[in-house]
This record gives sequence, structure tokens and C-alpha cells, in this order.
Amino acid sequence: MAITLKVNGRAHTLDLDPATPLLYALSDDLQLNGPKFGCGLGQCGACTVIVKGQAVRSCVTTVKSVEGSDITTLEGLGTPDKPHPIQQAFVDEQAAQCGFCLNGVIMTAKAFLDKNPKATEAEIQQAMSGVLCRCFTSVRMLRAIGKYGKAVTR
Amino acid sequence: MKATRRDFLKTSGVLLVGFRALRAQGPLQGSPPLNQLDSWIAIAADGSITAYSGKEELGQGISTAQQQLVAEELSVPFNRVKLIYCDTALTPDQAHTSGSQSHPANFNSDNLAQAGATAREALFRMASQKLGVPVDRLTASDGVISSGSQRVTYGQLVEGKKFSLALDPKAKRKSPSQWTVLGKPIPRPDIPDLVTGKFEFVHNVRLPGMLHGRVVRPPSVGATVASVDESSVTGMPGVVKVVVKKNFIGVVAEKPWQALQAAGKLKVTWNPGPPLPDQATFHDSLRKLPARDALMVDSGDVDAKLSGAATVMKATYLHPYQMHGSMGSSCAVADVQGDRATIYSATQAVWYQKSTSAMILGLKPENVHVIFRRGSGCYGVNGADTVTYDAAILSQAVGKPVRVQLTRKDEMAFENYGPAYVIDQRAAVDAQGNIVSWDHESWSPGLGNRPGTNRPGNIITGSLLGFPPADFAPRSAGPAPARVNNNSNGVPSYFAAVTGVVQSGRVLTHAVESRFWTGPLRSPARLQNTFAHESFMDELAARVKADPVEYRLRHLRDARLKEVLSAAARTANWETRPSPKPGNRRTGIAPGRGAASVLYEGDNGYTALVAEIEVNQDTGKIVVKRLVAASDVGPISNPDGLRNQVEGGALQGLSRCLGEEVTWDHEKVTSVDWRTYHSLPMGFEVPKVEAVLINRTEGEVMGAGETSITLVAAAIANAIFDATGARIRQVPFTAERIKAALAARA
Repeated sequence: MAITLKVNGRAHTLDLDPATPLLYALSDDLQLNGPKFGCGLGQCGACTVIVKGQAVRSCVTTVKSVEGSDITTLEGLGTPDKPHPIQQAFVDEQAAQCGFCLNGVIMTAKAFLDKNPKATEAEIQQAMSGVLCRCFTSVRMLRAIGKYGKAVTR
Repeated sequence: MKATRRDFLKTSGVLLVGFRALRAQGPLQGSPPLNQLDSWIAIAADGSITAYSGKEELGQGISTAQQQLVAEELSVPFNRVKLIYCDTALTPDQAHTSGSQSHPANFNSDNLAQAGATAREALFRMASQKLGVPVDRLTASDGVISSGSQRVTYGQLVEGKKFSLALDPKAKRKSPSQWTVLGKPIPRPDIPDLVTGKFEFVHNVRLPGMLHGRVVRPPSVGATVASVDESSVTGMPGVVKVVVKKNFIGVVAEKPWQALQAAGKLKVTWNPGPPLPDQATFHDSLRKLPARDALMVDSGDVDAKLSGAATVMKATYLHPYQMHGSMGSSCAVADVQGDRATIYSATQAVWYQKSTSAMILGLKPENVHVIFRRGSGCYGVNGADTVTYDAAILSQAVGKPVRVQLTRKDEMAFENYGPAYVIDQRAAVDAQGNIVSWDHESWSPGLGNRPGTNRPGNIITGSLLGFPPADFAPRSAGPAPARVNNNSNGVPSYFAAVTGVVQSGRVLTHAVESRFWTGPLRSPARLQNTFAHESFMDELAARVKADPVEYRLRHLRDARLKEVLSAAARTANWETRPSPKPGNRRTGIAPGRGAASVLYEGDNGYTALVAEIEVNQDTGKIVVKRLVAASDVGPISNPDGLRNQVEGGALQGLSRCLGEEVTWDHEKVTSVDWRTYHSLPMGFEVPKVEAVLINRTEGEVMGAGETSITLVAAAIANAIFDATGARIRQVPFTAERIKAALAARA
């Protein structure tokens, strides 16, 4: 059936099974590279997008349930030439190894800090406790997130 | 090739570590020759420089370092070099990107480094001729060679032609004191694309007309196909084809979601495999299996010394099977048309993937083109090779490009696990507390491995297609080799045969058959052996009431190993005293510290680690406060890249020793997602991690990808003992196991 998804400010009408997880529409139909399939179970965060200000696991969210909502993916934040401040913080801290988890880490941290700009280090760690980075770049990533957190507060 | 593998087993006796042998055999047919400059470096008429490498970027930062290397040797800025790696149409066969070997392979006096030096000297000779000025009056900067008054660019010298030169073994590398690009913390050029979603992983390769495949793996270990009811998916939306070949089953559909649903609906009847061993008694059962034995070292006097000694200590250490557990499940895209194939793969060895894909497809290797695209971090042989076979077979069946990404469960239930270990240690100490003899015996199960050049059956898909895994033949041990090869770190550092002073020692290994697939997982064998050695060393130190660092130093001979250990201890403000820590109570929170050190692979990276932790003695929970990891890997190419590897390795090691363990029931693996396989998440209570880098600018470079991870389990176990007086000898250190160890204290 025809489903209209509003992604990064643009509306796309797609012919989809309404039960299709949003991730498949984003990565296959819309050919976006940001959201990734890590587990398909909502356990690792690799597929995270922001819907109405909330970090949402797109691998376990049907396209039907987000029809008409504003969906932001990693691509929607910034570009290599004009990165979003949280993306710039990750570049500054060289906070990556393989980079597969970055989508989940950045989108989860951004959604959390935008709502909780005064979060403490412990609260940030708590907020990131459902996200995996199997290369364990945690030290640098938490430093980058903290840096963005300070920028949000200012 | 088979002979090479056997030769290797003869010398090492370690079944799982296959890549040294594979490296020894030289490049495969069709590879650009390693001894020719044009295989490595090309300079275009416009002066742009392209370098070709057989060592790929997996997230470890090696592409940045290689780009720095070429820029340095050719005296151009970093950005002037374009690096192409791991494409069988373009790049030389350098075997696997693995085993901490990329730096040693390409940064010493062969391969890419020597190509850079050869090219620079050739350019100077050409400029000398062109300008009529002796070479020693010329200087190079930014792609221009100048005599002061006259200038000529690299592009003008080469005029878009090939060099047609052999690598010159005498061409002089720049010395670290001259470096302006190497040795600097140059940022990784891939990170801006990674953080903005522009970067293309293999998961993002999209070909015109591409279909999507899913595989249907056996429901239990060793199960075989009895029958497949293809009509069970007839008429499902988008389904293109059901593919059955022996025990391999896959479904191809127009869209990934359709393929997933059809794979779930397909009715398959399976014959179950033989029951799995009971996990509760698994480690002990290894001792009774037929084994392939090897003596790594034997001074011949161990039994006599142990029976005659006043004090003999014994301990047994257990390590579980662990997973690579890549963050993204593995993915590949293949386009097989008639007798030709183009394959996009995250394999660690494109040339071997080429030869083994050709085997499973029944094609000529020269008609198979394999192009590396980065996957999710692999840490060894994860599902990248097997999913490449999956995509290739499904594409061949439909004659169209097919993308396959594994489900989380298919990734975890059938990957080649890092193997379990049982390690017995015995040692005798004299009246002064010095070690006089040490006996080490280990059992480890193996099945399959990397596919190498000709063993697709070493991984699940090849096996399902009917290819056998590497054969296993039990054998008793021959005599120990005259020269010790400590590639597996089976020999404790303290043996005089390697880096220590203890003259009397024996290391006997037993390779047994595994029911699960096994293969290299970051620091294979070295991590397990080092956990046992460095824990036992701590037990000996405690027994004779010596400080654990001082006790190690007393038994070491190698100056660099001693220095790296001292550096870690110094940075951590190590308090010299025996363990356990005096004054700690036996309830509540107890702080403690532990140390460990090793020369990775016996010759490939000096490393030491100090861990500071707190043990909650009521809950058995550990909080790690600080990790100090010292590293001496020769001249440092990129200090920030090295730091990133040391930090990541330390925390990955923490995850592995605190929670990670493959579990199973009587028929199947039960750790198949992130609820059942226990990785530390991003936001655990992350300790402070300090990398202490010793930049030894003289001598050769060593590997750095697997140093810190090798030490974590031992350093944490030693810190638990320091805090509580309880010794934990089984990985992972779950709260239950820690509580049991606390309850067992005297």
C-alpha cells in the first residue's frame, strides 16, 4: 500500500507492506546509509532515528506507525562539509573505529542531550546503556558526547 | 598448500592459528608481483600519487597510517596520496589483514614502505638526469624536486608512465628523525563521512537490479536437510527463488523484508545432528578427547625438578568460547553472470576469497573479481567470508546481483568462535621464592578456521555446500623444536627459552576437535594463554609474599619487556607490596590493583597493563576504575591511531572477561542475541583508560591491534585477588563466579 514518510524534511510516498520495519524503507527504498541493521531486535541501537524528538529503533518500528511524522536520520543532521555540532565533536575527538555503531551512538546521544542539556556524566552513561559499540570506542565517544553536551548547555 | 599447513602444524602444534603459514606461501596467481614498484605506487601525469596495498581498513586506522607512509617517503603532503586497498583487479595479494601483521608487513623494509623509498630514489635519479645536477644537490618537497635554481615536478618526470623497476632492497627509508608526515597524529580521513552517514559500508552497496537473499541455517549444530517444501512460500510477495544445494538453503526476493519473511515461512525438515556435550562439564571433557599434541618447549628436567621441590603450586584456568559478535551482522553483495563473478565483501583476504569463491561457484579464479568494502568491525573471522559465499551462491542461482545480510541469530549461532581453553599450570619455587621450574599443559578445541586459499569448508556456508573442513588427525607430540616459536604465547614470558630467566620448563599443547566452528578472534590463543600465565605468575608472587611487579621483573630478561612493565607501574603509581592488599575488609566494597605484561606473539608488540578496580563483595560486582596500558611497538606511525587501538582493545578485553561466553543446550547455541550474549554496552561505568606510548624510533615496527586486549583478563583477575584474597580462574568473571570465589576464601 502507499505510505508517505517524511524523512529529513522531504516527503516520500512508497509502496510498502505496512508492517515493514522503518529501517528497511530507509536503507533499501530511500537508499540512506546512516541507519543500519545491527540486530533487528531493538537491542543494539545501530538503526536509531529521531522521530518527534525521540530516539526510535527503526528496526522494530513499522512504517505504518510513523506515517506522517517527521523522521530525522544521521544524514539529516549534517554533511561532511557542514557537520552538526555533535558530528563535529566526534570528528574532533576521532571517536570512531569501524564506525558501524556511530549512527546509534550519535542519534541516541543527540536526542537525549537535546532534552536533558544539563545531564551529568553518569546520566549520559545511563542514557547510552542500551547502545553497543563492539570496537569499544567508549572513552572517545563519551568525550565527544560530553563536548556536545557542554555546547548545548551554552 | 596443504603441505604448508602441515608444516606449520608440525612446528607450532596450534591448529587454530593458520595465517602465518598462509603468509609464507607468497602471492596467489594473478596478483601484481610484490617485488615490482608498479604494483605499489603510480604517479600520474598531473603528479597525483596512487598507492596500492593488500592491507585493508577495518576500523583500526591502518589506511591512514599507510597513506602517511607513502606521503612521507615521497615527500608530499598527506592529502596528495590516494590509497587503494584490497581489490583483486588492482592490488597485490598480501594475504589476510590480520594477526597484527599490517604494520610489520608494510612499514619495515619490504612491500609498501620499500616501494616508497624505491620510488623516491628513482625520482631523484630521473631529476638528476633531467636537470643535470647531482642527486645529492637535489631536494624534494610537495611533489617537486629542486636544485635551488631549477625545478621539476614528479608528473613531469614520470610522464604518466610506469616505473618498470624492481623494489630496491637498498633504497633508504627516511629515518623517524626526518619524519614530517609519519609519526604525527593525522586525523582519519574517513571519520567525517562516517559520522554523517555518507560512508558506504558493504551493507550499502547497491547494484542496479539487485535482489535480496536470506539464508535458512540448520536449527541445531550438525543438522542436515531431509526435505524442503518450496510450495510453502509459493505466491508470497516478491519471492523470486528458493535455492537448495545439499544442506545450504536460501531464499531470494525483490526486497529484504520479503526475503526475511519468506525465509521464516519456508518449511524445511531437518535431521538433527548428534547431541552437544554438556556445557557444565565441558572443560573437563576436553581432556579425554583424542588430541593432536605438540611440545612447544621442553628442558627435559621438569618432572624431576617438580618432584624434588619443597614448594610446588598448581592451578587450572578455564576460558570459554567467545564470539566476534560484530555490531552489524555480516553482509555481502555478489553479481554472478555466467562464468564471471563480481563480489563486494568485507573479507579479510580478498585474494583468498577470490580463490575459494571460485571453488564454490565452479568458476575459474581469474573470472572472479573480489572488491573489499568495509564491514562492521570483525576482530577476526566473523561472518564476512561465509555471507560472501551465501551471496555468491544465491546470485549464481538467479543470475542477478544479490545482497545478503545475515540475521543476528545466524551471525551468532554459526560464526567461527574464539576457542575455549583448559590450562593446567604447575611450578616449583626455591627457598628464596624464585621459580625453578614451570610446567604448562593446555587443551583447546578447534573446527574449521579461515578458509585460506582452498578450504571453503572451514566456515559454515562452505560446509553446508559439501566442502569438508580442514582435516583433524590426532597425534602424539614429537620432540620440542630447537628454536622456540612463541607465536601463540603458549610459552610463559619467564622462560629462559624466550624472554625470561627460568631454565627449566615445559609447554605441552593438545588440540582436540570442536563441535562448534572456531577461528581467530582478536588475540587468538595468546589471550587465553596469557590469562593463565599472568594469573599464575601472580599466584606464585602471592605465595612467596613478593610484589607482583617486582616478582615479574625478577624473572624477566628482556629489557624492553621490563621497561614497558615498569612504565605501566610507574604511571599507575604502583605501590610496591605483596597482594592481597592489607587492611581490606571481607565485606562491602574492596579496592585492588593488578598487573600483567607480555611480548605479543613472542616478537610483535611489548605491552603491560595495570588495572585498578573495586569489588563489591556483597553482590560480586566489579567496577573498573582505571586501566593503564603501556605499549612499545617500535617507531609509532600515528600516535592517536595507536592510542585508539590500545584504548579500544583494553575495553573490549574488559567486556570479554566480565561477561562474554558462548552458551548452548544439548542441540544448539543459545547465545544468539545481545540479551543472551553479554557484551558491555557503550554506557557502562567506563574506567579511565590511559595509554602510555613508548616511541622507540630505532628498529622495526611491530603490531599494535592486539596488545592491550591480551592482558585484561589477567590484570582484572589479579586485581580481584588483591582486593579480596579470592582467586578467580575462569573467564568470564560473572558476579556468581566471583561470589563463589569469595565464599571459597580460607
